[in-house]
Amino acid sequence: MKLIFEKSVPGRHCSLLPKCDVPDAALPEALVRQTAPALPELSEVDLSRHYTELNQRVHGVNCGFYPLGSCTMKYNPRVDEDMAALPGFAGVHPLAPKDAVQGCLSVLDTAKTYLCEITGMDGMTFQPAAGAHGEFTGVLLIKQYHRKRGDFKRTKIIVPDSAHGTNPATAAMCGFEVVNIPSAPDGCVDLEALKAVLGDDTAGLMLTNPNTVGIFDENILEITRLVHEAGGLCYYDGANLNAVMGVVRPGDMGFDCIHMNLHKTFATPHGGGGPGACAVGCKAFLEEFLPASALMQGEGRLQVRSFMGNFLVVVRALTYLLTLGRDGIPEAAQNAVLNANYLMRRIQGTFEPAFDRVCMHEFVLDLSEYKKETGVSALDVAKALIDYGMHPPTMYFPMIVHEALMLEPTETESKETLDWAADVFREVYARGKTDPDYLHGAPHHAQIGRPDEVRASRNPVVRWTKP
Amino acid sequence: MNIPAELKYTKSHEWVRMEDGVAVIGITDYAQDALGDVVFVNLPQQGDDAAAGEAFGDVESVKAVSDLVSPVSGTVCAVNEELVDAPELLNSDPYGAWIIKVENVADTEELLDAEAYAAHCEAE
Repeated sequence: MKLIFEKSVPGRHCSLLPKCDVPDAALPEALVRQTAPALPELSEVDLSRHYTELNQRVHGVNCGFYPLGSCTMKYNPRVDEDMAALPGFAGVHPLAPKDAVQGCLSVLDTAKTYLCEITGMDGMTFQPAAGAHGEFTGVLLIKQYHRKRGDFKRTKIIVPDSAHGTNPATAAMCGFEVVNIPSAPDGCVDLEALKAVLGDDTAGLMLTNPNTVGIFDENILEITRLVHEAGGLCYYDGANLNAVMGVVRPGDMGFDCIHMNLHKTFATPHGGGGPGACAVGCKAFLEEFLPASALMQGEGRLQVRSFMGNFLVVVRALTYLLTLGRDGIPEAAQNAVLNANYLMRRIQGTFEPAFDRVCMHEFVLDLSEYKKETGVSALDVAKALIDYGMHPPTMYFPMIVHEALMLEPTETESKETLDWAADVFREVYARGKTDPDYLHGAPHHAQIGRPDEVRASRNPVVRWTKP
Repeated sequence: MNIPAELKYTKSHEWVRMEDGVAVIGITDYAQDALGDVVFVNLPQQGDDAAAGEAFGDVESVKAVSDLVSPVSGTVCAVNEELVDAPELLNSDPYGAWIIKVENVADTEELLDAEAYAAHCEAE
């Protein structure tokens, strides 16, 4: 497929903008560019076809099964989009006076009430733009808590080695020293390893529960107790909240501060870069450190983002909450867990789960034995799935499992889809046993073959240059 | 799997060779195979301190980024700059493509001989 720049023909254009009906305002000479920018010139039909062509080369949750572990690619109900498109929400000006946006403020306040109820938190902000930004905000709350107490020796944040990469990155960005602790073989926190690093320099612990391999850490109360006893705080990464929402609350597990990816757990389309939105919740004793927002002003409060964050994502999340309701939210979590267990057991016997036990909303397959036997890697299997119209699962993560494929089917998939997916996995498994070369070359029928990732990484060409 | 008998190894899959008191350090054949095609190497600078058991740089493959862990403590006295433009050397010649050299070696991590390292790889 040609780039839009390569389709450009000098002089061609489309009339999408009306004639200018106000006088030209001349910029100061110093600010006027001397050469025209190299923008593509296309007719409207060329432009329309270009984007349609792009659209046909991607795979979204509306095209087919998308079991991308750790990303919660659930189907997003249309009604959420309808609500976000209401002119009163979509057209609101960020600087509109408060008395003109009471409805919008009510959305934020209602969403806060429900999300605090679901997570067991007292205060909340919707400022952060997405997950990692939320982590950053949350860990800054922990930092400020210690500083305000004059406790400056707490310089370390503990992160298990099974954590999402954003956790240690966040702790480092906040100026903490990252202490990595090894996980137990099941990916859960090794209590002895935790005890060994806890001390009066511990600022906090960052954890997700269920953990990265889809297992609920049964020692969670002991873990948070140990951290609190050492004087540290506990941060909950909400990446895996979909498994437990409405069933068990991070606040009751002993967490002091939490972030939720509204775009994952509470249904907003988020493939291809967003926008996301993050809710950061905290217990009452941290509320004084929350950033300023439309709901909460006050001296000394700063913002972590302009205006009210990605407000329309909060509208979608609230719609999702209201349409599912008190019974529907836990039911969604239960179905997510049921679907994951069903799919894991249907695949088992071919590709084996890394942990042969009941999983939560996602599970990890360990292909290292299969690779030893056939030479077919997790990457080959992932690519082969594309030929069946399935988005590949997450590969090579978590890093504590070699040749990992991580599947999260989500609650919105039917039994028929899961049966089909299991059959596809079994078929690919069998093919790899008899014809490994076929899988080394997969995908064979997709719009795009196998890109040369090595060449792309070693010599990245990320910009079109005029020939 | 190539594991030369004359080298010492770490559990984190670095090899080390002592040359007149200078430790020459690279990654093993097992490491490069597990990483897959290496696309980027993040190197320390000459004169940096290296600490036994701690990261001195990292390697990035198509799969993941992994720390390079120093088997010894000392001062980095040479860095293989060739790897900046040709990281694939770590794949094609893991025992020829040294990464750093460390002098004033003070402390060494518990190092494995070839036999013990082969057993360690087998168990992974």
